[in-house]
Amino acid sequence: MKTLFKLLSVVTLLLLGYGFCQAMYIAPREATMGDVQRIFYYHLPSAWIAFLLFFVNFLASSWYLFRRSTGADALALASAEVGVSFCTIVLITGPLWARPVWGIWWTWDARLTSTLVLWLIYVSYLILRHYATGGQVPVLAATLGIFGFVDVPIVYMAIRWFRTQHPQPVIGGGQGSGLDHRMWVAVLWNLAAFLLLAIQFVWIRYRQALASHALEEAHAQASLEYETGDAR
Amino acid sequence: MTSAPGLWAITRRSLVKDLRLEWRSKDAINSMLFFALLVVVIFSFGFDPTAEESRKIAGGLLWVAILFATVVALNQTWTRELRNQVLDAYRLSPAPPQALFLSKTVGNFLFVSILEVLMVPLFVVFYNLRSVGPVWQLLVVGLLATWALVVNGTFFAALSIRTRSREIMLPLILFPISIPALLAMVDATTSILTGDNSPVFWIRLLAVYDLVFTSVSLLLFETVLNAE
Repeated sequence: MKTLFKLLSVVTLLLLGYGFCQAMYIAPREATMGDVQRIFYYHLPSAWIAFLLFFVNFLASSWYLFRRSTGADALALASAEVGVSFCTIVLITGPLWARPVWGIWWTWDARLTSTLVLWLIYVSYLILRHYATGGQVPVLAATLGIFGFVDVPIVYMAIRWFRTQHPQPVIGGGQGSGLDHRMWVAVLWNLAAFLLLAIQFVWIRYRQALASHALEEAHAQASLEYETGDAR
Repeated sequence: MTSAPGLWAITRRSLVKDLRLEWRSKDAINSMLFFALLVVVIFSFGFDPTAEESRKIAGGLLWVAILFATVVALNQTWTRELRNQVLDAYRLSPAPPQALFLSKTVGNFLFVSILEVLMVPLFVVFYNLRSVGPVWQLLVVGLLATWALVVNGTFFAALSIRTRSREIMLPLILFPISIPALLAMVDATTSILTGDNSPVFWIRLLAVYDLVFTSVSLLLFETVLNAE
């Protein structure tokens, strides 16, 4: 396991470096936006990976409620944490790009608003995990994970309608449509790099969650043994 | 041997018990009402709108006030059952957990509806409201929106009594999930009051939201009740 992890770290680092070269030097300069557009190569992969991880959280939560497996709970926690981190990157890189291009930091556009709401839902999930005590945490968290995921399509519908009634933002997205071939290459390399990075983070957090669970069990076991020994 | 009472009979009995308790103590309704009144008064210090403007903002203000007041009531839903280990007794009893959840939700629905009936006239007076669109539509929005708030609220209140600092926990998990419902109720109310847009989409969305989350809550409530 350890060698595999080290190997994966090296590959991730190489990919991140190569992705950086692709994004900064090889991909062509965008005609109207200039170099600012290059933040897109980090923005888009982070968004996709965040959404992917929230989906993993939903799967792990459901699996936990079915089978009560500690591993599923650890995976749910790890994917939510790493997902929120990547979603935070999306919410930070977005305004950084929007300020020079749109002239504003933030607009209540459909995609921005949905991403923000998604972020809020999963932050509340992490807060619940933090505040809940004892052995109930996994069950409570898993239910909230399912509620959060069920909410996503409703959020999306509501916000799309909310926005179609109002004027469109200054530049109506348009990314992804008519992307230069070399730009696609940069996107895909960075996506691969970020995906590996995310897998590693989730892996680390997963192992930590399992270890802390085992530690708690051992503590409980030890105190039980101590008490019964005392009674004798 | 009498046959065991069904889901509805247990729901009704549990609901009647809650209503009787509330009728005698008036804990939830009093604190909720006074809280909502405070919110309305403080809002009117913050804004000094004309009749035209107030139509545009009243939907948002009204539902935010009701949302906050609802949280006050929801927090008391399950704490009453913690005393004397009533919740544990429920867990041991063969009564279906869905009955307990339904009775609590209907109870909260009634409390919040009473609050709304008392609050809306206040809003009309304080903000000089007169609706441009048909008023009966507001009734539909009110019923659907209230159910949307209390069904998730009652469920999450059951979640948050298991946590440290439970009073603050409830809004933290309830508000993010309720954002689409809030958006729908506020925009539906505003479109009816101003008569500018059709509220039909928002009413449908509220109905879908109610349906989806009532099903999910009924499905998962047993798990939460027995979480140990």
